[in-house]
Amino acid sequence: MSATERTAAELADFKRELTAVIPHLRAFARGLCGRPDMADDLVQETMLKAWNARERFEPGTSMRAWTFVILRNAYLTDMRRNRFRGEYDETVAERILTTPAGQEEPVHLSDLHRALLDLPAERREALLLVGAGGFSYEEAAEICGCAIGTIKSRVGRARAALSEALEEGKLSPRSSEDGEAHEAILIELDQVAAGMGETQPTR
Amino acid sequence: MNKDFNNNGGQPRHGGGGGGGQKRDGKPRPEWASGLKQLYDSVVDEPLPDAFKDLLSKLDDAG
Repeated sequence: MSATERTAAELADFKRELTAVIPHLRAFARGLCGRPDMADDLVQETMLKAWNARERFEPGTSMRAWTFVILRNAYLTDMRRNRFRGEYDETVAERILTTPAGQEEPVHLSDLHRALLDLPAERREALLLVGAGGFSYEEAAEICGCAIGTIKSRVGRARAALSEALEEGKLSPRSSEDGEAHEAILIELDQVAAGMGETQPTR
Repeated sequence: MNKDFNNNGGQPRHGGGGGGGQKRDGKPRPEWASGLKQLYDSVVDEPLPDAFKDLLSKLDDAG
């Protein structure tokens, strides 16, 4: 099927690199969709897709970036298919992050996680890639299949939204089963999926 | 499986302005910024659930 059959050594390398990147896939997926069980399902799906597409991986390039593309495409597809909403993970610790000046209540790690999940999907993933995953704007743009300026703008907006939510205490209520908000998220997701085009190492 | 985000030894890495200060573009980091890394790293540091090891061992047969 493929023109470039991998040697056994190359396959072993591929598998080793894929194994090494699993913790990062889990962290990215957890940030994207919130619930640990759904996140791990997504990672397993990603691993299978990566394995099936292994002939298309160029040795020497970043396995993490390559698999993140697969993961985000799988995430977007699942989101559209199942229409599930990234739910807040109640197990996130109540660790205090900071207490903004002029605010009585400290900001907890769980507040940050909740605010992150309230972001539109495209801003959340951009912020996760750059602010948590340590990717450069350029790498994040490649993973998301969009321009660097677009990523910068998304990260900037995401940071501004989180700052507003956390430092000014404008966090949405915990039970976010709000019909209108849910609908808005689905519409926005469709736009993300359509507008960004799924950069395709998969299938 | 349902390990929470907070299992990296419980070391709070927050602090008033500690842990960063400036980011690449020179703007000051918001106070909560280190939390993003904490969320991410706490998952990276989790022990891998068996399901993943099982999956890895099956990949070779998957063709």
